Amino acid sequence: MNAQLLLIQVFNGLVNGAFYALLSLGLAVIFGMLRIVNFAHGALYMLGAFGAFALSETLGLGFWPSLIVSPLIVGLIGVILERVLLRRLYGLDHSYNLLLTFGLTLLIQDLVKQVMLSQFAVSSAPYTPPEMLTGVVNLGFVVFPKYRLFVIALSLAVCLVTWYVIERTRVGAVVRAATENPTVTRSFGINVSAWVTAVFGVGVALAGLAGVLAAPIYSVDPYMGAELIITTFAVVVIGGMGSILGSVVVGFAVGVLTAVGAALYPPISNTLVFILMALVLLFRPSGLFGLPEGAR
Amino acid sequence: MTALPTTARTAARPRARLGWLLLGAALLLALPHFVYPVLALDILAWGLFAVAFDLLFGYAGLLSFGHAAFWGTSAYVTAYALSHGLNVPVSLLAGAASALLLAVPIGFLSVRSYGIYFSMITLAFAQMVSFVALQLTDFTGGENGLQGIPHPNLPGLNFDSNLVRYYFALLVFAAGMAAAYRLVHSPFGRVTQAVRDNEVRAQSVGYAPFRYKFTAFLVSAALAGLAGGLTVFGHGVVSLEVVNWRTSGEVVIMTLLGGTATAFGPLIGAGLVLLLRDYLSTSNFPVGIVTGLVFVLVVLFFRAGVIGTVQNLLRRR
Repeated sequence: MNAQLLLIQVFNGLVNGAFYALLSLGLAVIFGMLRIVNFAHGALYMLGAFGAFALSETLGLGFWPSLIVSPLIVGLIGVILERVLLRRLYGLDHSYNLLLTFGLTLLIQDLVKQVMLSQFAVSSAPYTPPEMLTGVVNLGFVVFPKYRLFVIALSLAVCLVTWYVIERTRVGAVVRAATENPTVTRSFGINVSAWVTAVFGVGVALAGLAGVLAAPIYSVDPYMGAELIITTFAVVVIGGMGSILGSVVVGFAVGVLTAVGAALYPPISNTLVFILMALVLLFRPSGLFGLPEGAR
Repeated sequence: MTALPTTARTAARPRARLGWLLLGAALLLALPHFVYPVLALDILAWGLFAVAFDLLFGYAGLLSFGHAAFWGTSAYVTAYALSHGLNVPVSLLAGAASALLLAVPIGFLSVRSYGIYFSMITLAFAQMVSFVALQLTDFTGGENGLQGIPHPNLPGLNFDSNLVRYYFALLVFAAGMAAAYRLVHSPFGRVTQAVRDNEVRAQSVGYAPFRYKFTAFLVSAALAGLAGGLTVFGHGVVSLEVVNWRTSGEVVIMTLLGGTATAFGPLIGAGLVLLLRDYLSTSNFPVGIVTGLVFVLVVLFFRAGVIGTVQNLLRRR
């Protein structure tokens, strides 16, 4: 394979990686702080894409407003889910969160499918990127679609900001304190339960954002999150569950590795991430960036 | 469901347990006369699958989210064996053996982790199996699946009859149930439950938790494989869905719905889900919405499942 093809694959990998990173970032924020394994993350990502599609069909809202509004709606749905459903399971084994969100996934997917069929008479729909992002950019060594570059850049920026807020600011410190030791934090007069809800909402909004970004690349489909979420889980496990840095770095890395791997040996493309995961678990069970289980 | 009160007292009264067992047997013997025999066989297969899953989840405390790997692998191997002229019992055993073999590396790597990590790891391994199944089109038919798998007759048994197939499956099911029951109520099963409840304490009195969890994983996988083979025997088709993660989720909901760590809970859960789905398939109502809703409600309000809830009600009285 020549160098140019390889570069194109690397760029395509970065695009996939941008989605893995955004999704696993949200999962890591939610798991790291709330110990919830949010299986519904993929369905909420799909809701982000569906939201952009529905906003455009009903209100004629364009890509840019949707990029803000749709994740906000998804975040709000997350807030409601946390307040009404997940909250009831906090005292119990973490498996129940996984099971509840698995059920939600089935529910959300088929609900959206019904709405798409009955309201919009389609089972899956294309979504066009804004005009200023159509076309290609000549990077000198390779020509690449503008929109895909935008996705990579925005995803990187969002990941950086999220990492910065959680690891380096007072807000992040409060959130970490609230989740690590709720009782003590509460005694400082901090409303822990509100922070927990907010964290879940933000994590889920990140999935919604990824969904809007994905809509012009993959078309809007009720099941678009179903397979992606499994790969994202693998990314989270490789990175170290709950590790913000791990999810971002591994997200992009897995995207590139699988794309390059697929170019060299096509049948391996989808399996590579799980092979990686098995290897990581074998030699470093807590993930590449995770703390050992005992150290938590 | 009128017979359920008996179960609540089974722990205290062995004779009631026998009565319950006979009633269950009578119900299963009569089942294909109430529902279409192929659906009845499906209930047996998924019931055994749920029992196998519950062996790991209910009794060892390990929530596998990748049991489709064993169910599906065995389905393919059983189909392969049947279409290469092997007879039904041997093919079923070959399927179960393949699931057992697959479980050795997967279990070895996964039972060392805990809780949610275990679920994630089993899910990932199941995905590997699923992708392999997608790639090995010569063996699995890929997206198209396999159709028209024969079920060679045995001397005296005409497997072309749905009813005969059902009763043969009932025998296999009973054997699987008996194995699971014996295991749970053996010293081994007791220690496994002790490991589930308090691993550190079990270890400190001299049991090696890994050995118990690993063995439970192997047995569970082999039984899940046996069940996967039964569906092939029942339907004569295998689709890629057998290794999909949704299949792993389905068996979880069946078990939870019926009641975990109960003898008949998983079977009842499987029956309810399949009958519900069969009912819904004739209406236009989307199955996922109902299944998802049932899942959410069960996890929120009904974690003891049908049997557990009835038992609790009776205990309170």
